[in-house]
Amino acid sequence: MADKRKLVLDPLVENNPVILQTLGICSALAVTSSLEVSLIMCIALTSVIAFSNLSISLIRYQVPSSIRIIVQMVIIASLVIVVDQILRAFAYEISKTLSVFVGLIITNCIVMGRAEAYAMQNPPLASFLDGLGNGLGYSVILIGVAVIRELFGAGTLLGLEILPAVSGGGWYEPNGLLLLPPSAFFIIGGFIWILRTVKTRQREKISFQIMEAQVREHA
Amino acid sequence: MPRSPSWIQRILAMPNDSPAKIVGVAVLLCLACSIVVSAAAIGLRPLQEANRLLEKRRNILQVAGLMRPGADIDELFEQIEPRIVDLRSGSFSDAVDPVAYDQRTAARDPAASAPLTPEEDIASIRRKAHFATVYLVKDEQGVVNTVIVPVHGYGLWSTLYGYLAVKPDGREVVGLQFYEHAETPGLGGEVDNPKWRGLWPGQQLFDDSGELRIEVVKGAAATGDAAIHQVDGLAGATLTSRGVSNLVRFWAGENGFGPFLKNLQQELAEHG
Repeated sequence: MADKRKLVLDPLVENNPVILQTLGICSALAVTSSLEVSLIMCIALTSVIAFSNLSISLIRYQVPSSIRIIVQMVIIASLVIVVDQILRAFAYEISKTLSVFVGLIITNCIVMGRAEAYAMQNPPLASFLDGLGNGLGYSVILIGVAVIRELFGAGTLLGLEILPAVSGGGWYEPNGLLLLPPSAFFIIGGFIWILRTVKTRQREKISFQIMEAQVREHA
Repeated sequence: MPRSPSWIQRILAMPNDSPAKIVGVAVLLCLACSIVVSAAAIGLRPLQEANRLLEKRRNILQVAGLMRPGADIDELFEQIEPRIVDLRSGSFSDAVDPVAYDQRTAARDPAASAPLTPEEDIASIRRKAHFATVYLVKDEQGVVNTVIVPVHGYGLWSTLYGYLAVKPDGREVVGLQFYEHAETPGLGGEVDNPKWRGLWPGQQLFDDSGELRIEVVKGAAATGDAAIHQVDGLAGATLTSRGVSNLVRFWAGENGFGPFLKNLQQELAEHG
């Protein structure tokens, strides 16, 4: 039981897919300008990754290794289409905002990475939990970034006004940069910095040393 | 006598890297996935179409200022009558069905649309359909009090699609609202901001001599006489503001609904 819990909880901080493995950054930049959209994206990604891990693990003994990547892609793509259709039926407004980013879950490195690295070698339940954990790990970061971006970029959270903006007669001057994609880079970079300062084990080894420049006198 | 294994068991029993197994797994997987995908698509289609229709109706009601929170959209929509306008003559037409007609599809069809010259095409839409669906809002006595026309044009990143609502005099704006665009959230995306949309009602498209005057201006709009023709641009979204200005001017102008808006009084009296 303890290692089942570890499967779900480990990717949240200890082995976070976005922060430690720096995967899935692209969508983290694109959808995090509003919290509501990010939440839906998190649910969509977490369900895709959990169920893709489950189905890939179920058929793992039957997949010829020469076509295993395309088999994983087909399963992930089908799940993404199903999620997209469900969003269009039940959360129409948000599916319009997310538009192409739901489809791009197919190319999210976390989903493929977990399918190839974990689900191909492990039993279904463990794979499902691993998918759930990694999806939640991605969600934690996405929600963190979205809270900062929406709160300080627009003064709202989930569309509700928290910091009354100057344009509406309040005192808060929204920081427009936070609504643009590059700000997500800075925020994720900040998260990585904080986490690696606290958990020194996550620091990468220095893989090469920059040579000291040698200045030679011209003869 | 043992039962002979079924074909599926035979595929499963093959070594994983034999060519037959590869083909077999690929085919079976594709079949299974396509069944799941089509079941989802077909099963959810009625809900999705209902959403699309509701969304369109909500936008039309909002631009006319009729939308109230908690109100039933279909019920509110009963006071609205869709009609077809022939953009070439600027008058009502019965050539196509106003409910089924899709202007966007028609604009791509050479038989149902005409190309625009670069001088005409200030909204960067390239082709213009011959017909457009307009919506007439009627009061209890059946008198038209608002006319809603569809507009679209290029902003910074995307084509903005929306509705422009005008009074039956064809000059005074009741509202402008976009239902589809991909402008930058927080900057150009602020075309959806209720405060900015609130600048439009009461503005005049034309001056007394019938000249097209409406525009979105950078910085603060003029005061005095020109103020009724000018709307403040969006801060940080000069190109989107210019796009909105151009598309409103295009659709209110000679190549858009200009002739229709100028004849609106007469048209409504004759065919309304």
